Amino acid sequence: MRSLIKKLKLNTLKTAVTFKSCWNYLFFDIPKSWRTDILAPPLRIGVKTKELITKHYLEGMYANGIKPVAWVTSGAPVEFLKALGFYTLYPENHGALCGARKVALELCQEAEKNGYCIDICSYARTDIGSALSGKTPVGRLPKPDLLVCCTNICQTVLYWYQVLAHHFKAPLVIIDTPFIYTEASLPDVEYVQKQIETAIETAERIAKRKLKFEKLKEVMRLSKIATELWLEVINTGKNIPSPISAFDQFIHMAPIVELRGEPQTVDFYAQMLKELRKRVKKGIGAVIKEKKRVLWDNLPIWYSLKLLSETLAENGICVVTSTYTYAWGELAPMIDPERPIESMAKVYLHPILNRGTGDKLSLMKRMVKDFRLNGVILHSDRSCKPYSVGQMDQRAKIVQELKIPAVLIESDHNDPRAFSEKQVLNRLKAFMEM
Amino acid sequence: MERIKAIGIDAGSTAIKVVGINEKGNIVFYKVEPTSFQMKPQLEKIIEELPKDVPIGATGYGGDLISNATITASEIRCHSKGAHLFLKGPGTVIDIGGQDSKVIVIDQEGEVIDFTMNDKCAAGTGRFLETTAWRLKTPVEEMARFAEKADREVQVSSVCAVFAESEVISMVAKGEPMEAVIKGLHRALAKRVASLAQSLNIIPPILLSGGVAQNPVIKSMLEEELKEKIIVPPYPQLMGALGAAIISMESKTKVTNR
Repeated sequence: MRSLIKKLKLNTLKTAVTFKSCWNYLFFDIPKSWRTDILAPPLRIGVKTKELITKHYLEGMYANGIKPVAWVTSGAPVEFLKALGFYTLYPENHGALCGARKVALELCQEAEKNGYCIDICSYARTDIGSALSGKTPVGRLPKPDLLVCCTNICQTVLYWYQVLAHHFKAPLVIIDTPFIYTEASLPDVEYVQKQIETAIETAERIAKRKLKFEKLKEVMRLSKIATELWLEVINTGKNIPSPISAFDQFIHMAPIVELRGEPQTVDFYAQMLKELRKRVKKGIGAVIKEKKRVLWDNLPIWYSLKLLSETLAENGICVVTSTYTYAWGELAPMIDPERPIESMAKVYLHPILNRGTGDKLSLMKRMVKDFRLNGVILHSDRSCKPYSVGQMDQRAKIVQELKIPAVLIESDHNDPRAFSEKQVLNRLKAFMEM
Repeated sequence: MERIKAIGIDAGSTAIKVVGINEKGNIVFYKVEPTSFQMKPQLEKIIEELPKDVPIGATGYGGDLISNATITASEIRCHSKGAHLFLKGPGTVIDIGGQDSKVIVIDQEGEVIDFTMNDKCAAGTGRFLETTAWRLKTPVEEMARFAEKADREVQVSSVCAVFAESEVISMVAKGEPMEAVIKGLHRALAKRVASLAQSLNIIPPILLSGGVAQNPVIKSMLEEELKEKIIVPPYPQLMGALGAAIISMESKTKVTNR
């Protein structure tokens, strides 16, 4: 194995890649110092999560030349690529992985050395830094044959993917999704549908094969089932105590983002749901002695999941769910496998970040009610402006109208330089006393 | 000295405040000293000199360093407890400290309804006046006196405490009178704090605490900006420590052997 790695000249951070190190390194470690006094044991499905993600990145290492490779944004319509046999890589997920593995800072600095400003999204900096330096904790990322950028999550991706297109000399497909406040209109859907149809033609040319409509329908069906299952997984949090926390969701959401439309993802979430239902039956809560239940808004802070989860759990606070993880489940009913392209257009127009701030507030209020929550933590994410805009007002409205405490903490999802531990814990302490 | 029933220590970033209270909650002893860069030995020395077998409430950035504290509580809770003694009902606390500014809305019982703090920026804190005072070679305690003498004020940017220094220097170099520049600095700070307060649903009366509350110009400018009367308690810098002492007295926790 080692000689093979040497031959392949793999660029890695800190250690060389072996199968075992890949296995241990990927996505997250089951912490050796798991706090069983305040947290329920880690979910068993964690082993499977690691396996799926490890396999996905291992496949990626050898994908070039075997499969066409597409790099896609997290909110891109991926189903037609799956149906055409593409290997899909999500730079944002890779960024999150680097964040959780605590190597994102080094990669961000690689990008900064090349002139990318510190104010650019830290996922973009992590990804560009990785592309420029070739460094990654997963061994090697496959080169893209196609880039698919959908603007339903932010405008940064538009520039970020142009950088990637320039760097890799790869064709770039942009799917522009007009901003909607609550619901997309028919012209919006038609506009996006047209673009998806054009994107399919480009993808067909690169894959050198024709899209089989039946196959696309099948992928959509698998996407729908997995999304529905993920929503059910999140909804187990409505039980008191909640068998799952948002911190668990942040980790186990990887397959629904990265491996949507695959049969193994459906099996994975079916198994996860089974495990959670068992927990509910036995009355096992993710946080032992759950006293308060709160909502998390915005992206997680990848490099301090453990610190935050333990600090809150020590005080009997369970972060039951988050608007972020919910976003990958809430649109399940919209997916119609019988009308794949039209429903793709519709679904990918409706992510939380493409809807108005008022709509997000209503969602938060609904979640507080449905999940029986007593507080909200809003993470003002320096990197994710579309998610953070409106949070001041959302916080104020939640406090006034729902009469529950809500706290805003300033940080960044991937750049630890924007995280001031003392400041964050100071605010959380006051929030926990309320 | 009257018998001390409880002690509160507010280990802040700029100053360490210690308060001893009697059973009625009145301050019978207090001490304020600037925070050194080695906080732990400094705190140990302070505690050494305090009466033993008295509950200690700890708060502030260094609150966790006080290992023999009976109870540690957040600054927000301590400030609201301390201020409630003077507000005697619902109201708002504006605390302008060395590196932190906070606005806390409290209810009838002195419990926190809502709060907000400045984030990674010192422009709305005491440090803003401190750094510029240092640049102007003026003791920070004298700043208000200069501002009061001014017949007009120069507009100073409130964006950054570090860049305000160079801005002030260039204004003085351009021939602006120092008094007008200093008054402008006060205005920048007051506006910054007022907008922090206005981001919450504040309820009168407003109590101003923290070291900066000793500055009468800031008080009157805040009154102008917020269009509300502001109360400044005696010893405004001690609100957090006072609250900590009250909380430690209220806590049923046994006093550990010290």
